Amino acid sequence: MPEQRRIIFKHIDEPGYSPDLACYLRHGGYEVLRKSIQRKPSELVDEVKASGLRGRGGAGFPCGVKWSLVDRKSGKPIYLVVNADESEPGTFKDRYIIHQDPHQLVESIVISSYANDVKQAFIYIRGEFPHGARILERAIAEARAANFAGPNILGTGYSLEINVHRGAGAYICGEETGLIESLEGKRPYPRIKPPFFPAVLGLYQCPTIVNNVETLCHVRHIADIGGAAYSKIGTPNNTGTRILCVSGHVRRPGYYEFEVGRVTLGELLNDVCGGPLPGRKFKAVIPGGSSAKVLRFGERFKGKRKVGGDTVDFDWAVEDIPMDFDCLALAGSMGGSGGVIVMDDTASMVDVLGNINEFYAHESCGQCTPCREGSLWMKRITHRMVHGVAREEDGQLLKSVADQIAGRTICAFGEACAWPTQSFVAKFGDEFKAYPTNRPQGRTEAQELV
Amino acid sequence: MQLKAETLRSIDEVIPRYPVKRSAALPLLHLVQEDQGYISHEAIEWIAGRLEVPPIAIYELVTFYPMFRQKPIGRRHIKVCRTLSCALMGGYKTCAEFERQFATKRGEVSPDGEVTIEFVECLASCGSAPVVMVDDDLHERVDCARARELSARIKDEARK
Repeated sequence: MPEQRRIIFKHIDEPGYSPDLACYLRHGGYEVLRKSIQRKPSELVDEVKASGLRGRGGAGFPCGVKWSLVDRKSGKPIYLVVNADESEPGTFKDRYIIHQDPHQLVESIVISSYANDVKQAFIYIRGEFPHGARILERAIAEARAANFAGPNILGTGYSLEINVHRGAGAYICGEETGLIESLEGKRPYPRIKPPFFPAVLGLYQCPTIVNNVETLCHVRHIADIGGAAYSKIGTPNNTGTRILCVSGHVRRPGYYEFEVGRVTLGELLNDVCGGPLPGRKFKAVIPGGSSAKVLRFGERFKGKRKVGGDTVDFDWAVEDIPMDFDCLALAGSMGGSGGVIVMDDTASMVDVLGNINEFYAHESCGQCTPCREGSLWMKRITHRMVHGVAREEDGQLLKSVADQIAGRTICAFGEACAWPTQSFVAKFGDEFKAYPTNRPQGRTEAQELV
Repeated sequence: MQLKAETLRSIDEVIPRYPVKRSAALPLLHLVQEDQGYISHEAIEWIAGRLEVPPIAIYELVTFYPMFRQKPIGRRHIKVCRTLSCALMGGYKTCAEFERQFATKRGEVSPDGEVTIEFVECLASCGSAPVVMVDDDLHERVDCARARELSARIKDEARK
């Protein structure tokens, strides 16, 4: 079985490990800040660039590139916003960092802020983590009292304020420009790019960096061991470790940290998570949060890919896919936020899609017509199929709605809500066609999904 | 509108933390809702006044963000996660059990005034599905038996 490598989750669930400063200091806390703050900020940015770290929130954008795009000459303040709005269904990693190891995040924020000449950072935490918000506030106050944050940090003349800002239950706030609008006290309508790239025109029209909690936590470890050493962890172009969150129909759901690309989907689900529930078989898996395209057990993925300098052929079953950004993209899906949702042969894929469609219809911000209307129609169609009259052609109808959303909206929510429908209909088309006659009868309540 | 002294103190403290006053809108809405139980029209106008924005700028937040409500709810708020991972593990059944225990329907105040039960979207604890929040506290692996236990505890606490 592939071994976990816990860097970010090193102390999660460790008996006796507590979220207070004293405990963090006993475990070497803020030592990396002490040595980093003696270095030139640009050196730290270079370390992150050299590390190859890619964003863990969804898009997998290289963190060092994001940082180097920041407009440093505008004369306006630069803001760092931590995206702690963890809300992609299937994702539950930042929760544990925030609740159990908040100082790891705070130290990473201070290092990242110093590297980018940020004087004010915000942690945008989802409203459903009220205890998490209090824990972070306490951690910031402790760090401030110990001179790791606040004015004149460790006597260097560098000052940083960190504020915790609670959201209020809207998924769209995880989209970085929506998050910025929300932080400005508005409805979180995502902004159009161009011109509103956060690196240039972000919070209060100032240059802004928005990073996911897990992404930022890696910065502390990169600053510790150096970007070159960090880039040796994981696989080329997919460096470091990442936390995979497994939920749904498996024996041992939970969170597991692996070097990126060093575990396959089959190893993860069968060896690490103990395989399917007794007497059942895996049917489908969504590998990167509910927006990612579904994979069907039994399908095969063939093509060519680059390994090192060579181009090699690949022929994978679902179980063979290495869990990294590039391989999941080659399989037509994505690594996304690391949320792996598993469905077994007891689940009706029409019902599962109905559940997902209800989520997206609820969470569409309503700004762009294709998404506002399309997400609602997809929900209505799947709801009708499950609870009313299902027609053989509903799969194609769903597909035609989804096809008119993706690529026609301001933000990526359009794709996020279209991809489930497109992929479910493409891969389980037979099930959609047969649904009018094969609709699960006498459905046990445990299978009620919509 | 009569706000507690503590709420007013927190409000005074939170506004200057932002470079632009309007940014304090969500924090103020949270504070006022915790104090009053819901956001009234009077509260909207009061917050708008404090932040020097028109009331519509606050009202549009209350109608957008799912956590804000314009009506009182039961003394305890039971939020059952409806999203996929929880549903796959029986979240709908859990919700129905709570409804049965308190003889109420989702979104309504139970006849004894004790609870309001709601479906909410993903609570980011999918690995321990199905999950439920009772007020600020998360409860994991809440199957029907656990739902009955939790309901009994809530009823017990109400009697005290």
